[in-house]
Amino acid sequence: MTDEPLVIGFETSCDETGVGIVRGHTLLADALATSMEEHERFGGVVPEIASRAHLEAMVPTVHRALAEAGVRAADVDAVAVTSGPGLTGALLVGVAAAKAYALALGKPLYGVNHLAAHVAVDELQHGPLAEPSIAMLVSGGHSSLLLVPDLAQEVQSLGRTIDDAAGEAFDKVARVLGLPFPGGPPIDRAAREGDRHAIAFPRGLTGPRDPAYDFSFSGLKTAVARWIEARERAGEPVPVADVAASFQEAVADVLTAKAVRACRDHGVDHLVLGGGVAANSRLRALAEERCAAAGIVLRVPSPKLCTDNGAMVAALGSRLVAAGVAPSALDLGADSSLPIDVVSR
Amino acid sequence: MLVLALDTATPTLVAGLARWTPDGGADVLAERAVPSGTKHAELLTPAIEGALADAGLALGDVEAVVTGLGPGPFTGLRVGVVTAAALADARGLPVVGVCSLDAIGSGARTVVTDARRKEVYWAAYDDAGRRVDGPGVIRPEEFGGAGPFAGDPAFAERLGSPVTPAEVTTAGLLRAAAEQLAEPVGAPLVPLYLRRPDAVPPTSIKAVTR
Ligand SMILES: [Zn+2]
Repeated sequence: MTDEPLVIGFETSCDETGVGIVRGHTLLADALATSMEEHERFGGVVPEIASRAHLEAMVPTVHRALAEAGVRAADVDAVAVTSGPGLTGALLVGVAAAKAYALALGKPLYGVNHLAAHVAVDELQHGPLAEPSIAMLVSGGHSSLLLVPDLAQEVQSLGRTIDDAAGEAFDKVARVLGLPFPGGPPIDRAAREGDRHAIAFPRGLTGPRDPAYDFSFSGLKTAVARWIEARERAGEPVPVADVAASFQEAVADVLTAKAVRACRDHGVDHLVLGGGVAANSRLRALAEERCAAAGIVLRVPSPKLCTDNGAMVAALGSRLVAAGVAPSALDLGADSSLPIDVVSR
Repeated sequence: MLVLALDTATPTLVAGLARWTPDGGADVLAERAVPSGTKHAELLTPAIEGALADAGLALGDVEAVVTGLGPGPFTGLRVGVVTAAALADARGLPVVGVCSLDAIGSGARTVVTDARRKEVYWAAYDDAGRRVDGPGVIRPEEFGGAGPFAGDPAFAERLGSPVTPAEVTTAGLLRAAAEQLAEPVGAPLVPLYLRRPDAVPPTSIKAVTR
């Protein structure tokens, strides 16, 4: 047990300052600070506000993580950090901090891919990942379908959104419904009282000639807004619960259908979900239903681990250490559009 | 006391090592000044390692950290500040933040550096080198203050006055930090942003259909 590496992970790719600590596959600490509330009135994450908040929160969040894990910084065996993709200015706060801790502690540094870290976090809850697995990551920043033959070395992109991220669609639909930002949780809540078959919203990129694994949520978002506008113009009340439920159903339907198809096409019987949208109750329920019917084992981390956090970065770092992957050089920078096939650099 | 000094507020990042005493001032042992543009994050850690190697020292020998708090372009500035904070935290060292402009030039002067968006960051100093005005941010054409100017000579024409080229130095950072090094108070490192974040709230909630 104590032979397993103690890894600290830094995550600052968007608006969450995350510092996580793991030993092997065991989660010891997951400290988080968020600037979410400061972005609320802007209806989206403001990069400069997020970056300022990361700087302010960095050292205090490290202290909370160390205290929670009951370890000292000097005990750490390796330092991992998200080096991309994400907001450059935000990423750089975490990268610079991680490099400084690695240098000061004399420990190896691993610059890792945020998306691969979303997959790795599930190992903290459900043990070693079956390889290959299919992973579907859906959040305010990403919507990706991945084939994961080897999480430490090889991750392939099967498809991604061609316009908005799934979470962005939730935010925008919430805004037209007068619900708060971020839109995921309030839409999920409103949808519980609604009829998911009330309105037939479009399913993007599901035609026979469309790319099988890519997503599109822009048309859906516009369709919802148009539908609401038509109601308002006619002087009729907007059935918020029905709109929320029907919108959510359209998203969950497309996502789960494509994920299950990817599993089937590639002969893979394990599916991992990740990202903030994976916390959506309807997506989880529909994924369970369809995976069960298709004989696929579904793995979904708990909601707190689905959203951005430091534990996921530490989890991937731990995996890289175990696999003997070479650490990053100390001239590591941030890459806002780091491709998914680069697991670490 | 062996001090590591860092600054990333200008296009040339600085990582230096100095032996500092309350009465004797600073004896600079090594300094790396690296033209870094927007690559502060990539270049700072190697510059620190380089300065340590030049001085034949290890990070374990360092007893305090000094960092410039700007003003300067935000993204690069934060790289230096968070690096200083994290290094000091990891090794349990005192860390001191200073106004980066204080570390440029000496004596009576008005320091100007590039604030982008056609503006300069500025601060004015008296004969004793004490800051008496600023730091601020302004369009050079609108700057009414008197020279002599020191700092970024690219602004001479728009200031209507020559600017003696001068950059952040390790000696300058140590000089600016002297009072705090003598009695570190452990204040958190807050960058001198001088500008509010660019952020415009959406004007229409129906922006989604456009
Ligand atoms: Zn994410």
